[in-house]
This record gives sequence, C-alpha cells and structure tokens, in this order.
Amino acid sequence: MSRIEGVLKSLKGQGRKALIPYITAGDPHPDQTVGLMHTLVEAGADIIELGVPFSDPMADGPVIQMACERALKHGTSLRQVIAMIKQFRETDDTTPVVLMGYLNPMEAMGYEAFADAAADAGVDGILTVDLPPEEADEVAPLFTARNLDAIFLLAPTTTDDRIRSISEHSSGYVYYVSFKGITGAGKIDVDEVASRVAHIHEITALPVGVGFGIRDAETAAAVGRVSDGVIVGSVLVDTIARNQADSDQLKRALTDLLHPMREALDGLAS
Amino acid sequence: MKLTEEMLSALPDARGHFGAYGGRFVSETLMDSLMTLEKEYLRLKNDPEFQKTFDEDLANYVGRPSPLYFAERLTRETGGAQIWLKREDLNHTGAHKVNNTIGQALLASFLGKKRVIAETGAGQHGVATATVCARLGLECHVFMGAEDVKRQSLNVYRMKLLGAEVHSVQSGTKTLKDAMNDAMRDWVANVDDTFYIIGTVAGPHPYPLLVRDFQSVIGRETRRQSLEQAGKLPDALVACVGGGSNAIGMFYPFLTDESVQMYGVEAGGLGIDSGQHAAPLCAGRPGVLHGNRTYLMEDENGQIASTHSVSAGLDYPGVGPEHSWLKDIGRAQYVSVTDDEALDGFRKLTRVEGIMPALETAHAVAYALKLAPTMDKDQVIVINISGRGDKDIHTIAQLDGIEV
Repeated sequence: MSRIEGVLKSLKGQGRKALIPYITAGDPHPDQTVGLMHTLVEAGADIIELGVPFSDPMADGPVIQMACERALKHGTSLRQVIAMIKQFRETDDTTPVVLMGYLNPMEAMGYEAFADAAADAGVDGILTVDLPPEEADEVAPLFTARNLDAIFLLAPTTTDDRIRSISEHSSGYVYYVSFKGITGAGKIDVDEVASRVAHIHEITALPVGVGFGIRDAETAAAVGRVSDGVIVGSVLVDTIARNQADSDQLKRALTDLLHPMREALDGLAS
Repeated sequence: MKLTEEMLSALPDARGHFGAYGGRFVSETLMDSLMTLEKEYLRLKNDPEFQKTFDEDLANYVGRPSPLYFAERLTRETGGAQIWLKREDLNHTGAHKVNNTIGQALLASFLGKKRVIAETGAGQHGVATATVCARLGLECHVFMGAEDVKRQSLNVYRMKLLGAEVHSVQSGTKTLKDAMNDAMRDWVANVDDTFYIIGTVAGPHPYPLLVRDFQSVIGRETRRQSLEQAGKLPDALVACVGGGSNAIGMFYPFLTDESVQMYGVEAGGLGIDSGQHAAPLCAGRPGVLHGNRTYLMEDENGQIASTHSVSAGLDYPGVGPEHSWLKDIGRAQYVSVTDDEALDGFRKLTRVEGIMPALETAHAVAYALKLAPTMDKDQVIVINISGRGDKDIHTIAQLDGIEV
C-alpha cells in the first residue's frame, strides 16, 4: 500500500477528510521550502502537494504564476525540488508528498532519471497538469514500477467515458477541478461540486480530492462534506507572497489559515 | 525518406502525433473541447457546403488566388536561380494569416460559438482574427504581449478599430508565448461559449492539422502557378518560420515532389552563438509547451528560454510539430538568418522590386538571396512573401534614428 493510500484509508476509517495544502517549491526562497512543509504538517496537513516551478504555468492564475517567477529567480530546478523532499523525509517519513507541475521540466531531466530520483527521495505521487493519460504511455509505467502514484485531473467538462479511463490510469486519488478556470479564480459552486463528486464516486472507488476555489474554513467544510479531501493552493501561496519578508510571521500566517480549515473538516466527523 | 501520399494521409495519427511530435498536452478541462473540435472538423472537412463557403470567402473576401510574381530585377542583381514571389502580402489584411482565420471563424460559426479569442505576436494574426469577427459579428478578444503592444502599435489600433478588445499581457517575457499562455487561461474559463483561433500550426491537436489544411491553399496555388508560368515545379521553396504556418502552407502540397527542396528560415536574432535568437529548430531540443511536443528553446532544467528577434512574429520559443518531424526526417532544411541580414533583405526587396515585406518575411528574402547564387539560371526559387511591411515602418525608422 502506498503512503498516500494508507493515509487516505486511515482517515476514511476515522470518518475524517484529508487536508491537502499546495505550495510552490522555492517560493519565496529555496532555503525556506522544507521548513514551510513542516509548518504545513504541524498546522494539520495530511498530504502535501509541492509545486515544481515552471516558466509557463498555463493552467495557473497570477498568484501561482508569480510564485513560479519568485522561485525561478532563485534558480529552483526540479532536481533541487526533489532534494528538498529528501531533506523533508529526514524528519518526516509519514506525510505523503505529491509533486505537482508541468511536463517539460520532467522531460528535460529525463523520465527515468526523474522517476528514480523522485522515488529515492521519498516522493509519493506525481500530478502533471498538462499530461492527460492519453499521452502518459511512456511515463506511467516508470511511475508504477517505483510505487509512485500517478494522480490525474478530472474537470467539470470530463465525460463519463473519460472519468472511467482516467480513473483506471490513476492511483492514490483523483483530483477534481471544481470549476472551469485557472487556479485562484472564480467562485466555487458547492452544490454543483457535490453532485459531480457524487457522480464520480459512482464510477470509481478511488478517493476524490477537490481543488480550486477553497479559501477558508467555510468552503473547506462545504467541499469536505461531499469529497474525500480538499486541496488548498492559491490562498496559501498568496499568504506566502504577502508575508515573505518575515519568516516567523509567515509561519504564523500559514498556521492561522490552515488551522481553522483543519478544525472545520474534523468538525464534519462528529 | 521518400514521402508518399499514403504516408502523409496517415499524419497526424489519431492522437495528433507527427512521429514523436504533436499530441495533446493540456489540462483536463480543455480535453473535451479539443476532442469535439477534432470530430467536427473532420466531419466538416468533407462537407461540400463548408468547403464551398471557405473557397468563396478566399476568392471574394481575401482576394485569392494571390499572384506568383517573377522578380526579374532582383533575379538579375542577385545572379543564379530565378526568384519568384508568392504574394501573400496582397491578401486582405496584408498577410497569409487571414487564410486560417477565415477557416477557423467558419468553424466557430458552424459550432455556434459567439465569442472568439486569439493570441498574436506581430499583430497580423490578431488583425486577421478581428477582421473576420467584425464580418461575422463575433465578440473578439486578442491577447498580445505588452512588449509587442509597444512595438506593433499600429496593429493594436487596427484591431481596436475593428471592434476587438486587446489584452496587454504583462506576465513572463511579455511576448507571443505569454500571450498564448493567457489565451489558454481565458479559454479554460470560458470554454463553453468561446472558440480559440490559434494563429499558427502549433498548439494541441487538432490545431496543427486544421491550420495546415487552411494554409495549404498557398502551396496548392503555387504549384499550379509555377507549372503554368515557369513551366516547371519550383526547385526550392523558401519561407520564414516562427510557429511555421506560412511555411507549412507553402511546403505541404509539395512534400511528395522529391525534386523540390524546402528551406524554413528561423530568426537568428543577434546570431545563434549569442543565444539571443528564436531558432528552436536550428538550436533547440524537443520538449513540451503549449499543448504539443516539438523543438523548443529551453534551459537545461526545462524552463522555457527567452527569445530575441527584430520581428515580433518570429519571437517564439517553439515551432509547429510537423516542422519538427520534417526536420528529423530531413525532408525540409531549417536555417537561420540574423536581424541584420533580415533588415538587408527588407531594404533590398523594397528598393529593387518596390515590394516592402514584413520583417518576418524579410528573413525568407535574406536567405533566398544567399541561396540563389548557388543555383543555376534555369532553376526556380519561390519565396513566400507571407506579409507586407507597413506594420514595421516604425521599427525600421527607429533603427534608422528617424521619428515618424
């Protein structure tokens, strides 16, 4: 059983929902990322999605775009991001880490070298925004052979046939994108999400994490009620941007943001 | 490799691949739209009414066929092969771009979409899109890098006059690639009612296919005209390559004619060795950007490199996937000329033939001027004059230190 599967199973057994924060590696500075990951765990994260910065993040809004630019200004490379996870693992070997990013940095590193390094560092899953399963023939087997979960996106526009085939290619969980748009934009329609996630649950047994549009305890609870986990990205990255000058204050701000979400999600269990 | 009709008809394959290139690398939200577009296009491609409307629009609105012109004086001054010019600059809106926007806008209306978006570099594709949207009464949004908005202000104003909204893109390098990123972002958010008119033979499948099909009218006409006027097929075709739509439109109908050499001319900027250029086929390596696998300019970590060219329309780090395939199999040669050589080409064609080419096109002219003297007098070179240079007057004047 993969680390991701284990965590999600155990949460499910307790009737709890996963809190999955996203931050961009190297933002605001590569030296801070590992510390921030530990902060996320202390504030209640069950799984961490760690973004690999890319020069052309087409599916992301301005908030994550600028995080990528800050990280790239300090030369954050995919190899360095993997090294950060290796360092994180020195003191935390229980929290699953999912690498989230775009395909080209992985292609440039070489898929086999990437998969080897990721597995060796203790990465648990890979989510490549611009890689649909149709194009994953070459990479997916490399991930599977190393026990790395391949996590794919589902969208409001995904047809039933595709939900089925994407789920067959996925392990760990599937990531449901709550609205049509880029990260950090738009307003989540909880009723719509509830009916779509219920429908996805009819088609696949995999846990469903929902991302895009979750900004606070209220939206986290509303989405947590109908899914297996919530993914929180832009609001965290924005908090990092606003508090980048003072690292103690940054840690407090992230904790103040995540903690109420954790409590709201756990409040659903009772 | 000798190409046959049969081999060509199998490309791109069902997943949009040209050999190792092409494909559909986009986020899941767009997949359904792309699959619908592909299905509808493959149906309409063989629909007589769609084709008839397209052909009539090209004839009566664009003004096709565009002439194939023998540049007699330029030939005499250059020495060597006869230089012929395919006059896409004479099309309505002044460039080849309109062939494709006519086709895609027709697709948009057949699909019932009321809102159109486009990216643009030099502004020629933006103008061509705004033009067809004005004609069909479609809402039009054009994304353009802030850097390009500055250097192509004339085209920005043309688009506004035509009723389009021009969005100045401030992210990244503020050029064509960033405009394409923002167009994709808009599309994801408005995918239900919006048609994305991509301006070049790049992007996710089926765009490289349908843009190539719409632009192939250039090569089909050239083939017929060359046989009629020069009495033979051309020996060499020369076209500039940014994303590569005018080049593929010229090359494609000749791919099975083994005797026809093809030269795609990339932007060499300040020289390939300087690193300041936009020549992924000459100096890049395969990677994935904007929905397709193709040759890219990138650093060793897979981050997309910034590019440089005097011409905004060639200032792009990628290229259409079919060109990547043609390069690998050796069917077309890809070369580069520098900013300075392109400017010389611009001046030469202007002064010797009274034809002012776009700075993009001037790259093809410059290469042809090097190629012709190496060939025989009875041989024929056709340069695709993909656009006219009016839009570049400010850039040229600035280089000359003149305020206009």
